[in-house]
Amino acid sequence: MSIFINHETRVLVQGLTGREGRFHSEQMIAYGTQVVGGVTPGKGGTTELGVPMFDTVGQARAATGADASIIFVPPAGAADAILEAIDAGMPLVICITEGVPTQDMVRVYEVLRHTETRLIGPNCPGVITPGGCKMGIMPGHIFKPGIVGMVSRSGTLTYELAKNLSDRALGQSTVVGIGGDPIIGTAFIDVMKAFENDPATEICVLAGEIGGSDEETAAAYIKTMTKPVIGFISGRTAPPGKRMGHAGAIVSGNKGTAQAKVDALEAAGVKVAATTDEVGELVEKTLREKGRLPAAAAR
Amino acid sequence: MKIHEFQAKQVLARHGVPIPRGRVAATPDECAAVAAELGGGLCVVKAQVHVGGRGKAGGVKLAKTPDEARQMGAQILGMDIKGLTVHKVLVEEGIAIDKEIYLGMILDRDSKRIVVMVSAEGGMDIEEVAEHSPEKIARCTINPALGLTDYQVRHLCFGAGLPKDKVKEIAVFLKALYQAITQSDATLAEINPLVITKDGTLIAADAKMDIDENALYRQKELALLQESEENDPIEEEARRRGLTYVHLDGDIGIIGNGAGLVMTSLDVVAREGGKAANFLDIGGGAKAEVVRNALEVVLLEPKVKGVVINIFGGITRCDEVAKGVIDAAGRLDIKVPVVVRLEGTSVEEGKKLLAESGLNLVPAGSMREAAAKVVELAYAGGR
Repeated sequence: MSIFINHETRVLVQGLTGREGRFHSEQMIAYGTQVVGGVTPGKGGTTELGVPMFDTVGQARAATGADASIIFVPPAGAADAILEAIDAGMPLVICITEGVPTQDMVRVYEVLRHTETRLIGPNCPGVITPGGCKMGIMPGHIFKPGIVGMVSRSGTLTYELAKNLSDRALGQSTVVGIGGDPIIGTAFIDVMKAFENDPATEICVLAGEIGGSDEETAAAYIKTMTKPVIGFISGRTAPPGKRMGHAGAIVSGNKGTAQAKVDALEAAGVKVAATTDEVGELVEKTLREKGRLPAAAAR
Repeated sequence: MKIHEFQAKQVLARHGVPIPRGRVAATPDECAAVAAELGGGLCVVKAQVHVGGRGKAGGVKLAKTPDEARQMGAQILGMDIKGLTVHKVLVEEGIAIDKEIYLGMILDRDSKRIVVMVSAEGGMDIEEVAEHSPEKIARCTINPALGLTDYQVRHLCFGAGLPKDKVKEIAVFLKALYQAITQSDATLAEINPLVITKDGTLIAADAKMDIDENALYRQKELALLQESEENDPIEEEARRRGLTYVHLDGDIGIIGNGAGLVMTSLDVVAREGGKAANFLDIGGGAKAEVVRNALEVVLLEPKVKGVVINIFGGITRCDEVAKGVIDAAGRLDIKVPVVVRLEGTSVEEGKKLLAESGLNLVPAGSMREAAAKVVELAYAGGR
């Protein structure tokens, strides 16, 4: 088991013929992801990377039975691509695109909140269920199948943390990058709820960063969880008022500080690591204490 | 992206918001000339910098005559406000203030909508009102499909206890502000204060707008207004080279790929006792040239005593990073230690290139080790 995606997930790629879309589609196919179709308006009826192409998401979903879509459409068309996928009834939509105007996302969210579609991103690395399905731009080889559920706002930090776990023979059930933009489809709390209900996940890692209050909101839910959670917050030394790369990573006034997030998580019983190395150490220690450390990781 | 008060006012004026007469000046003489144009009576001289609290910092002054406007201009121009130098002032006609109202709209990440806030206690520090007497601020969120509705305007105005005879007029300001924030792709738009003058007319005495940088591709006119946040020449140069660079006040240069990883690198360097000179994200899939540019830009800050490059290659290839570092090190006479930590895609090729370069680059196996090494080497000759 896993959350959101697994080896049965049938994936459609919106924007498959773009530079990024093509490269990452190849990578996803090589990883074993079932890419069943691509959408590029005007390319319907052709084949790319051995995959049938369609003009619209609706046509593609009807013909292929795709149940998840990944979007590599450039920023100006990304919101429209998300709306098209929602309209086609796609259960899962992952938007990788960076640079989507925030007001476009306001309109998308207004539609999204009345549907069953789960949107992840935009501006995210995607989702991977190691050994089963990769829907994203992450390097697949650093992830290993296992029992740690991980969620993060950032890409390369996720890789850093995942490799740290994998090097300790602590594999992951599913790893979700929710994205670094101010308005995103899936929040930490949604992913934590899914992990809590996933039999394959025994422990969770939440990697947050400065800005917003998504971590604090998740903390209130984490308090009620049965599974242990290890936390990490980046941007502890970032000065207020400076946007740290991600559109969402900014401390304004005394809102969104790292300390407020660490405090909220700790109050919810989360062990918050001070460094990325410590995340792996704390996961290992917690599992050992519960007698749930996988044999391969027991040293 | 922040724009200046006078620019925000021009945007609002285009949506029908009345603003005081006035113009920007860059010299004391120009201040006097504008004051004379305005009739030679009472005027106000206002620093145009991208920071709040200008009034408290002495950046806003009244002048009764053109001559006084010249004096005030001379005082304010060149002044330092929270680290920013004032290069421009706005000279405007004076207003006889009866009441000051706050109107604000902000893109709110929690409700995922635009939130409108209205208060009868405008002019002063609205953050303070929000903190100490939040009941004095009426607020609601706007459904983007409906826009700001009339009942919401009534809820806001009556809820904030605004003068009842002015509600209809204030409604016009609110609708215009909503038009401005949506049509300009702003993330924030404020009129503070909206002044009710002694003769009962309404006018936007101050305005503030932040524009969504992601939307600049379709806000071509506003995109031209982009200035380096703090008139910082290094940030300006970084932007010119297409790099995401934030200038900080420490002395350890930091380069990495991905915002979260760079932020974490800053934190780890701080834990090891160093202080970051900058935040620099080379982004995903960077080629050697980007890395070379990054190293050059970071070294523009003369305070930098050491540089750490922390790369976790996903779409970024470590061998490309190594090539860029080697290229930069070959062209520049780098006098400070450069610690390089590579991990991920093509890591072995990258490490090999660095080792064979014969350059004085210090390898590190982990982020923590890289941070410890750069701090140790940078401060070896004292702080």
